[in-house]
Amino acid sequence: MFKKHKKINRSFGGTLLLLFCLSSLGIVMVLPLYLLVISAFKPVDELFAFPPRFFIIRPTLLNFDTMYRIVSNMYIPFSRYVFNSFYVSVVTTFFHVLIASAAAYPLAKGKFSGKSLLFNLVVWSLLFSAPVTGVPRYVILAKGGLLNSHWAIILPQIQSVLGLFLMKQFMENISDSILEAARIDGANEYRIFWSIAMPQVKPAWLTLVIFAFQAVWADSGQNVLFEETLKTIPVALSQLQNSTISRVGAIAAASLIMIIPPILVFVFNQSRVIETMTQSGIKE
Amino acid sequence: MKSEENGLNSDWNNGGSVHMEKTLVHKREKWQSFFRGLVLNRHYYFMLAPFFILFFIFTVAPIISSVFISLTDFNMIQSPKLVGLSNYFRLFLNDDVFLTAIRNTVAIALVAGPISYLACWLIAWQVNEFGSGLRTLFTLVFYIPSMTASAIEMWRYFFSSDSYGLVNAWLFKLGFLKQPVEWLTNPNINLSVIIGITIWLSLGVPFLAFVAGLQTLDRSLFESGAIDGIRNRWQEMWFITLPQMKPQLMFGAVMQIAASFSVASIPMSLTGFPSINYSTHTVISHVIDFGNYRYEMGYACAISTVLFIMIILAKRLLTAFLNRVGT
Repeated sequence: MFKKHKKINRSFGGTLLLLFCLSSLGIVMVLPLYLLVISAFKPVDELFAFPPRFFIIRPTLLNFDTMYRIVSNMYIPFSRYVFNSFYVSVVTTFFHVLIASAAAYPLAKGKFSGKSLLFNLVVWSLLFSAPVTGVPRYVILAKGGLLNSHWAIILPQIQSVLGLFLMKQFMENISDSILEAARIDGANEYRIFWSIAMPQVKPAWLTLVIFAFQAVWADSGQNVLFEETLKTIPVALSQLQNSTISRVGAIAAASLIMIIPPILVFVFNQSRVIETMTQSGIKE
Repeated sequence: MKSEENGLNSDWNNGGSVHMEKTLVHKREKWQSFFRGLVLNRHYYFMLAPFFILFFIFTVAPIISSVFISLTDFNMIQSPKLVGLSNYFRLFLNDDVFLTAIRNTVAIALVAGPISYLACWLIAWQVNEFGSGLRTLFTLVFYIPSMTASAIEMWRYFFSSDSYGLVNAWLFKLGFLKQPVEWLTNPNINLSVIIGITIWLSLGVPFLAFVAGLQTLDRSLFESGAIDGIRNRWQEMWFITLPQMKPQLMFGAVMQIAASFSVASIPMSLTGFPSINYSTHTVISHVIDFGNYRYEMGYACAISTVLFIMIILAKRLLTAFLNRVGT
């Protein structure tokens, strides 16, 4: 555990009250998800019961079994879809965090011509979130010959401006004196970026890994990927959905499995978001 | 520097256009210092390059082309025909559904936006009080709704309009109701229901950013604040925590604005598309309607451009407000 800092006006009873309030709020938040999770373990007759119950009378793993049997019978082995999804997600997340942070550092801490223009462009494009950019983007992908390859998913996701914006805002808080001192000591800008700026905004890029992974994992790429061996898990599972109506249990099991990797990535990264500036050591 | 210039000029100039020479030399020096700046700062440009090359290809180019398309009549099968501003005229003068959509979108943005922003901040602030394990758990609990959009089905069950819907059943049990309330199908109240659900779903990106930002604060400022006489947590929040978090607050505000103005898939899946009397029709629903269903791409792009201008104005207002935080 980390050392708890002295808090102003916080008694033990106050902590209990806070815990209670947050927990009750948390339960309300989690409720629909709890239903989703237990639906995967319900036998089919309970799944169709209306109103749905919050508890399971006879929990079963039959849905997972059904799902496994269906996916084993597909034309392409299911492991290929899993591999595609993980490959695309990991590659995209890695490059996105790297490239977006590298671009955020000059925008936050550098002085050069064109800086405010570039940043304004970034913020404005963030606000233009409309479905209409889908069509021009598809045409650009087609003209560039990128369709039907994984790059059609990876490249647009790498330049997602959410990441750039997040990193830039966090990097603004880095004190300039440390960077100055590093420059005086002879470090070049790349070294400063990698060894000084990035560790100080560790919570930011950990959070960015969470966002990026989740965004790519959920992106089925269904309108840019046409070859069956390249497709990802959401597409395979939607084929499951469209197959027969009596597979509701298998669909519930599949939805549960789809959620698990982003949650794992979340827990892994979020537990590392710890204090980075306990002693900044700077006298301003 | 300038006096040297003059000396130089008067040597080989016939004394006529001294002023013009001075301006030309001044301009040349400005260009020289500009290029020198480019060379000096070249590492910054190298670091910017990968992202911004991709950015221009995949984001800026589509946006510019959709602004161009808004000036045309484009049904996605034949090539676009230039028609000038007629899409915009039709939008403002002839389209009642658009005005309803604007009203709904502004209502959602004005109510759900600030409430969810405040909720993100307050909950992040309080979750930060706990140690690492409990904090991760609470962050997960509050962030999960925005990760799993498939839980929408559950909301449909909760607010189902017959007496089996969970909310109706509970209100019956507690004796508040005699008749089931049609949450999602009554055009008078379904917008409020949608606003509530939007708030539930919206503890997403800003929330995580605030939680992460609270970890990067400078502890020594808190200690010196305690010594200097900060009396309670609210003072501490206003004078110490918030000013240090200004960049993250700004980030959260921009994301929140973008999200509140783009609410569309939730109303569409819960209250139907189109909703009864267009009561939960938002601007993005309108765009999807015209773009994906009626194949009038030029009109859809015009709507998007108008929405874009609205959002920019809202963001300007919010930035001006945020600059006063902590004073």
